[in-house]
Amino acid sequence: MMRIKLKLFASLGQYLPPGAKQNIAELDISEGMTIAAVLGKVGVPRELVKLVFIDGIHQFPQDIDNRALESGETLAVWPPVAGG
Amino acid sequence: MAWQRKILRVDLTNGTCKSEPLNMEWAMQYLGQRGLATKYLTEEISPTVEPLSPENKLIMATGPLTGTMASTGGRYSVITKGPLTGAVACSNSGGFIGAEIKSAGWDMFIFEGKAPQPMYLYVENDKAQLLPADFLWGKSVWETDTLLHQKHQDPLLRIAAIGQSAENGCLFASVINDLHRAAGRSGVGTVMGSKNLKAVAVRGTLGVGNIRNPKGFMKSVVAGKQVLAENAVTGQGLPAYGTQVLMNVINEMGALPTRNWREVQFEGAGKISGEAMCEPRATDGKANLVTNAACFGCTIACGRISRIDQEHFSVKNSPKYWGASGGLEYEAAWALGGDTGVDDLDAVTYANYLCNEYGMDSISFGATVAAAMELFEDGVITTADTDGIELRFGNAEALCQIAEQTGKGEGFGKEIAQGSKRLCDKYKRPDLSMTVKGQEFPAYDARGIQGMGLTYATSNRGACHLRSYTVASEVLGIPEKTDPLVAEGKPGLVKAFQDLTAVVDSSGLCVFTTFAWTMDDIQPQIDTACEGNWSVEKLAEAGERIWNLERKFNLDAGFTAKDDTLPERVLKTPANAGPAKGRVSELGAMLPEYYELRGWTPQGEPTQETLERLGL
Repeated sequence: MMRIKLKLFASLGQYLPPGAKQNIAELDISEGMTIAAVLGKVGVPRELVKLVFIDGIHQFPQDIDNRALESGETLAVWPPVAGG
Repeated sequence: MAWQRKILRVDLTNGTCKSEPLNMEWAMQYLGQRGLATKYLTEEISPTVEPLSPENKLIMATGPLTGTMASTGGRYSVITKGPLTGAVACSNSGGFIGAEIKSAGWDMFIFEGKAPQPMYLYVENDKAQLLPADFLWGKSVWETDTLLHQKHQDPLLRIAAIGQSAENGCLFASVINDLHRAAGRSGVGTVMGSKNLKAVAVRGTLGVGNIRNPKGFMKSVVAGKQVLAENAVTGQGLPAYGTQVLMNVINEMGALPTRNWREVQFEGAGKISGEAMCEPRATDGKANLVTNAACFGCTIACGRISRIDQEHFSVKNSPKYWGASGGLEYEAAWALGGDTGVDDLDAVTYANYLCNEYGMDSISFGATVAAAMELFEDGVITTADTDGIELRFGNAEALCQIAEQTGKGEGFGKEIAQGSKRLCDKYKRPDLSMTVKGQEFPAYDARGIQGMGLTYATSNRGACHLRSYTVASEVLGIPEKTDPLVAEGKPGLVKAFQDLTAVVDSSGLCVFTTFAWTMDDIQPQIDTACEGNWSVEKLAEAGERIWNLERKFNLDAGFTAKDDTLPERVLKTPANAGPAKGRVSELGAMLPEYYELRGWTPQGEPTQETLERLGL
């Protein structure tokens, strides 16, 4: 097991584990878990996943099934959003 | 047609209002609103005119789709030569007054000269008259709105007004319409104040019926609305969280300018974010956000209506701020919060209310306070200069105090009211002014989002995000994802966004539609509404023409390629954290290519060939 930081924003905030504050939770995951696996673990529907950052760096759609999280990393996810 | 083909020319010096036909030859080249009004301005004033002199003119302009059934078709713009920058100024606003001007039968109001006494313009369809505004002078935007509704006994009167800040010469005063929508930037309100024009009150009942191909227009409008509704951003994201959802996005990627751009991530971002606005407060159990709101004809409804905790220090003794009011939008929340290091959501909301009430641009105000805070932290200014205000980063009370002082033109607020550039020049620390061409930056760090550095440096109205919002591509992946840390490819991206945005800003539509719409969605709406065979290619050329017209005005006003630059902090001091850590803006690598793509000389001037190609 290892620990990562999970940040779920906007309407995805409802999928954060209990005890999360300001859209941030600490999460224990198994080694090798991909972005998709982590999001599946907390129940985020795949179709709502649009913007994905690991430590602030954009992850492309093809990374979601392939990129494994490493200990101490921060995974931040948004549904489709914009502003200006 | 869509255009009303009619302009109201208001001679403030002589107190006359005259109707004249719209120049349709120009409309075929510049479409409307931003483009067409800029054509009028550049034909009618000298580029070297002093912005606050009677010789400058101020134009309130609608687009051909303003007041129609097109979604978001309620926009209008205020065009003039800006006092903050000395460059062309064009500030766009939603709300309802744009559609009201159009429904009263007018495409534009052109104000010239200076009234000998404070006046306001009252328009009821064809009837237009200048009336004394002595009873309004010295009043806030909100008081002016109430007094005019009372006087004319018409609840449907739409009002655009200036507050005390414009009367007092604040160089970033806005024209506020419908209480809290702002033609915000570059000091367009200051020009209005310099003309002794307090307000414009409009009632229009004629409608906008003169559509070229009504059936085709309705078909394309319905199709456009369906695209907006089905798009996850415009159909769900923007209505639910507004622009403020960006606070956490931009902070997370290390591009949130913090404490006057010293840092790129703000530890308090979560507390002032769109998500925080929806959370029940610990104090009174209510959320800051009351509801979302839409401007005229808009099917997105991104606007925010908020409420401050009545026990919060800012409003505890001021019941007039206990009701629901406009904001926060992302730019304001960043300038008043992240840039000043203030993480108190209600204090930031209050400061934003004051910007609306006194008629100030929240971006320039917040950014100038941030510069003043750095001057204070560095010991350049002290409480002896600030009338006792501890103007330190993160001091929410100080933010609220200085907002009131600036709005009223009192104390150190008079210094803030001159904007960041003049403030920092006065205290001999020009390096602390985060501006381009005298206008303060908005909310995206140019070290972490490379395209925005080029956007700011080349914006015709000084630093601005709304001239080419490459954040859409570089961060949000709209229309396609580009790497925000890479400069390569950005000159072409910036040019494309600049030209497209110039078209949207000239049509009467809101630029936020472009999160879902492409030119293929916009073109049929314009072409079915307007005569002139508006193909995608013709629209793109109009956008380029408008951009070059603005550029030419600025060059004639005395700007040169040397002004297409960024503060040293962005060019030489690397970002301190996040994915952009160690990087600076690579403006120098982007600018020559941008000039070349634009058909400009290495000195940033349109070549004769470019001017001729665009009919300039």
